[in-house]
Amino acid sequence: MMTVKLMQGNEAVVDAAIKAGLNFFAGYPITPSTEIAELCSEKLPLIGGKFIQMEDELSSMAAVIGASLAGAKAMTATSGPGFSLKQENIGFASMAEIPCVIVDVQRCGPSTGMPTMPSQGDVMQSRWGTHGDHPIIVMSPSSVKEAYEITIKAFNLTYKYRTPVILLLDEVIGHVRERIEIEDDPNVTNEKFNLPDVNEYIPYKNVLNGVSPFIPFGLGYKYHVTGLAHDEKGYPTNSTDVNERLMRRLLGKIENNRDDICVYDEKIRKDSDVLIVSYGSSARACKESMKMLGEAGINASFFKPITIWPFPEAHFKEISEKFKYIFVVEMNNGQLYLEIDRLVKGFGKVIKVNKFNGEYLTPQYIYEKVKESL
Amino acid sequence: MASELIKKYYRTDTLPTIWCPGCGNGIITSAIVRAIDNLNLDRDKVCIVSGIGCSSRASGYLNFNTLHTTHGRALAFATGIKVANPSLTVIVITGDGDCAAIGGNHFIHACRRNIDLTTIMFNNSIYGMTGGQYSPSTPSMDKSTTTPYGNIDRNFDMCKLAMAAGATYVARSTSYHVQQLIKLIEKGIMHRGFSFIEAITMCPTYYGRKNKKGDGKEMLKWQKEHAVSVDNMKKFSKEELSDKFLIGEFLNIDEPEFTEKYDKMINSLKVNSDDK
Repeated sequence: MMTVKLMQGNEAVVDAAIKAGLNFFAGYPITPSTEIAELCSEKLPLIGGKFIQMEDELSSMAAVIGASLAGAKAMTATSGPGFSLKQENIGFASMAEIPCVIVDVQRCGPSTGMPTMPSQGDVMQSRWGTHGDHPIIVMSPSSVKEAYEITIKAFNLTYKYRTPVILLLDEVIGHVRERIEIEDDPNVTNEKFNLPDVNEYIPYKNVLNGVSPFIPFGLGYKYHVTGLAHDEKGYPTNSTDVNERLMRRLLGKIENNRDDICVYDEKIRKDSDVLIVSYGSSARACKESMKMLGEAGINASFFKPITIWPFPEAHFKEISEKFKYIFVVEMNNGQLYLEIDRLVKGFGKVIKVNKFNGEYLTPQYIYEKVKESL
Repeated sequence: MASELIKKYYRTDTLPTIWCPGCGNGIITSAIVRAIDNLNLDRDKVCIVSGIGCSSRASGYLNFNTLHTTHGRALAFATGIKVANPSLTVIVITGDGDCAAIGGNHFIHACRRNIDLTTIMFNNSIYGMTGGQYSPSTPSMDKSTTTPYGNIDRNFDMCKLAMAAGATYVARSTSYHVQQLIKLIEKGIMHRGFSFIEAITMCPTYYGRKNKKGDGKEMLKWQKEHAVSVDNMKKFSKEELSDKFLIGEFLNIDEPEFTEKYDKMINSLKVNSDDK
């Protein structure tokens, strides 16, 4: 069964999160993510869930981790400057393997920048904002419908891989209203695992997929959680060997499961030597500009990563080899461009098409930039 | 008795602790354990949350649900735990740097909310783990590695701050007055609302050495000689009290507790939705 609704991107994230089991939200108001907090404050208590407006972004992220450890499905939402403040505790969630979803509705930066203007300037912050090598999953939808579907996927992945999942919206997707069709019964994997014997549970053991089951506090499994390098039981260690095993497992659980984690959309044409790569709201503008290019006799192919980190590396390398020109279109000064350029080094010309002044990318602008570069 | 408590409540495979000889953290940790034992709490429902620093390592040694968080953020993590699952007894272990400096904002807001957490602040007047820098509770003109000419900052009375910010149970004791400390922690845990217990302790390695306060034993003696019970303070003149500090229960009042108010709100919404 399907339900048809007119919905904003931020609203779709909240509705999907609740469908996926969200019952705890902690946040601090910041434009353009605020509707997510406001809607959670209205909707969660009605289903017995909790919303708490914390004193700042640092404590919001901390409370989300605490709530997740206490058995809640937990989420927070923010925008650029607030995302920066959450980074220390996002690193904690990566290290201590606490499931949680962080929504960043990007606005124009750096610093406080232009709060109501769109941007895709947090692509690198979402990957490397916290310190140290660490696992992370980042997904960026380009429509309200996709925001809904990807939010559900985010909750599934955060539990499957015990790693924070970041939903990277841009202001356009956060605020645009679209008609969407929602499946009444989305694919929420509430993985029910058999609870192991209390004495046998080892919270950080390297098991299937590199992930030991996550068991919340209060059920009798009294274990230690820390952001320090730790052994399989969670006890702090200064052993470089133990830390090496830990780091290889943490990074490996994402690296080795790219095929399961990576979602993308593509339209590859046989007769084309131009590939356009884009994501988020920019990808929408690209589709229109491709029609304009077609009318001018240029058949362009298209690739849209929905999972940005980890990037679908092997697949992209394979498809990109045949293109003479690869355009990377984004609302920043070329962040995903760096990744694409690294991947295709030696066999393609990578050209960036950007805006980073707070304006969104129009089909006309993209069309002209592509045309003048060929 | 002590060895039975160790077997029952400590993760013996994590011992010995990393604390220096003469440190008071072990005494305060054992006071927390004795308070839990006296109250006969269900260990599976006790959650111990700590920040960063010497004292905050205590969580790792104790066999409960334990969470060692980021610097200063223990109260914010603990708030998430308590709101998500109010059936858990949440005890927060923090140091004076962790709680009063980097965690200061979280502290005043946890007090303001009157959320049912019991916070025990180990106050050794110094940042121990990073090697002896001054903290917000280092007395004025004392020396540390970052106040080589004496500390010109004024030091913080965290009990007064807790009371002003809205905590509903506030007390102070020392690592010398262990029996009193155990009782105060018990009362703090049983109190419905935000409880703050300051435990004055000693760091002979950094604070003591820099300020010629002697070894751990000498510093315990200092605590004994300089602590004045809040019940007896009227017997002392203002002059006599000038180099002393007060111990005992400063505040114990009933105010609505955050998670109870939340549950009431949720229940009232259910009634309303049934009406529709």
